[in-house]
Amino acid sequence: MVDVAFQSNRAAAAQTGRRRVGLRNALRRKSMSAFLMTLPLILLIAVLVIYPALYSLHLATLNKAMTKFVGLGNFEFLFKRETFWLVVKQSCIFAISAVVFKALIGFIVAHFVHNVPANKQRKWRGMLLVPWVIPPAMSTLAWLWLFDPSYSAFNYTLSFFGIGPIPWTGDAMWARFSVILVNVWYGAPFFMIMYLAALKSVPEQLYEAAAIDGANWWQRIWYVTLPMMRNIIAITTLFSLIVTFANFDIVRILTAGGPLDHTHIFATWAFRVGIEGSDIPLGASVSLFMVPILAIAAIFILRDITKRGNEA
Amino acid sequence: MSTVTIDKSGPTRKVKYGSMSRDRTWALRWSYFFLVLFAIFSLTPPLYMLITSLKSSAEISAATNPWWVYHPTLSNYIELLTSNQFLRFFWNSAWVSIIVVTITMLISVPAAFALARMKFWGSATLATGVFLTYLIPDSLLFIPLFKMFAVFGDWTGVQLVNRWYVLLFIYPTLTVPFCTWIMIGYFASIPKELDEAAIIDGASWFQTLTRIFIPVALPGLIAATIFAFTVSWAQFLYPLVFTTSTDQLVLPVGIITTLIKGDVFNWGQIMTGALLGAAPPLIIYAFLMDYYIAGLTAGATKG
Repeated sequence: MVDVAFQSNRAAAAQTGRRRVGLRNALRRKSMSAFLMTLPLILLIAVLVIYPALYSLHLATLNKAMTKFVGLGNFEFLFKRETFWLVVKQSCIFAISAVVFKALIGFIVAHFVHNVPANKQRKWRGMLLVPWVIPPAMSTLAWLWLFDPSYSAFNYTLSFFGIGPIPWTGDAMWARFSVILVNVWYGAPFFMIMYLAALKSVPEQLYEAAAIDGANWWQRIWYVTLPMMRNIIAITTLFSLIVTFANFDIVRILTAGGPLDHTHIFATWAFRVGIEGSDIPLGASVSLFMVPILAIAAIFILRDITKRGNEA
Repeated sequence: MSTVTIDKSGPTRKVKYGSMSRDRTWALRWSYFFLVLFAIFSLTPPLYMLITSLKSSAEISAATNPWWVYHPTLSNYIELLTSNQFLRFFWNSAWVSIIVVTITMLISVPAAFALARMKFWGSATLATGVFLTYLIPDSLLFIPLFKMFAVFGDWTGVQLVNRWYVLLFIYPTLTVPFCTWIMIGYFASIPKELDEAAIIDGASWFQTLTRIFIPVALPGLIAATIFAFTVSWAQFLYPLVFTTSTDQLVLPVGIITTLIKGDVFNWGQIMTGALLGAAPPLIIYAFLMDYYIAGLTAGATKG
């Protein structure tokens, strides 16, 4: 009996030993297979994102024929050109005003949708998100046609109110307005949907408590809704800032930078200079100017996300 | 504002309740009023596409009421759908999008699984890196990528520029990071007990992924697929840079470069093409709205 017990004990010991080896194998297998599973992703990011990003730094230091190293020559050239400063100014105006209006309209519309009885919200949300779903290149064509100098449907409608024909894309200020309008039209639904999701996560009790304390509608928004939505507002705005700052489709199709470069932003001007003007180094230098603002926005987003990751 | 009147309206409960509900009715009416305004703003361009697409060129140039079709005709649709060129754009777009979706899923689902479950050296850094990659816009990379592929063609003799399949290499840079990111979120929300049970029952990692994770995270998978498809379908900058021959173009670029000839704008056909180009994402959206919205909000709220 003792013998049996001893044997079974030894068998158990051998088994744990084997299990430990098996475990080590499994661990080795695990990290190996994990590596293999992420390898395509790593390769993709390294070859088609990180490498080109660094390559554009290199390109920016070459001359037009890409035969000679010119250091910061391209940047010096850009700083001396008036068009460049125009582009910087326009990019900032475009991105900031478009994002502010998108955020405001999104916030307001989200509240209206939230007010409507729950069973009808789906329908409204569905309709209001349509601008975001249509490929921007396609919807901008419709806007271009709405703005058409001779057949503009907007001018046709406005003429009934005695408002004279507006040069939507012909005049510098109006063209800037049109470009921003189309961008707001396209981007506001995204804000709406994000804010709506955030509004739904605000506990109803907070509003009841505020109402009992005698808060008016403005105080309810300022002291309850906004603090509860702060995270979503920040992250959506930063996302949108990146996307809007780097926008290409809308400006390219609506005005192609015109009239007289008065609507060019970084992306469209980089395309004009680098691809159409076949001065690749100068185009690369232009698009590199997007990096600082993108980096700042990215840092803030990342901070927010890691913060929330730690809370969870 | 409203609550002040409630407070003054005194001690009787009925009156208070009545004014509150009256306030609510008015709030509701105003909400509907503004929602209608915003819906008109949102839907004007697509509706105008539809209106124009039903007009003949003669009716458009007659400059009658632009908001109304007096002689509806399908001639624009017939003309485009029988034109080999347009069908070519459509098929190019369809092929590119479908293959890119497949590539994206094949890369991002295993990677997301590994990053969410199999903690290994550098996995947290890699997850953050994936997210950062998603923030890098296409307009930053198109010039170096163009040059890269041109140089690659010179070195190896494999000409990729001006071939539609070059887009298969480039689009994943837009779709993979985001899809990986939201799949990490979905996978991380699956309880650990589930895959532990599978491992104890002798399942391999691969089996755990295909038998447990993919079925459980199917809604996330659908959302990621929709995202990848719509991004590939809508992408405009890369095909504009990389493809120039008319038989290599995808739909958005094709419509803009071939239907707009100099100063002659055939608006009936352009709007028809734009509407047909907008149709696939709109149809997907109409049928899978909840998944679409889930994917949209997941990027910022998950993780």
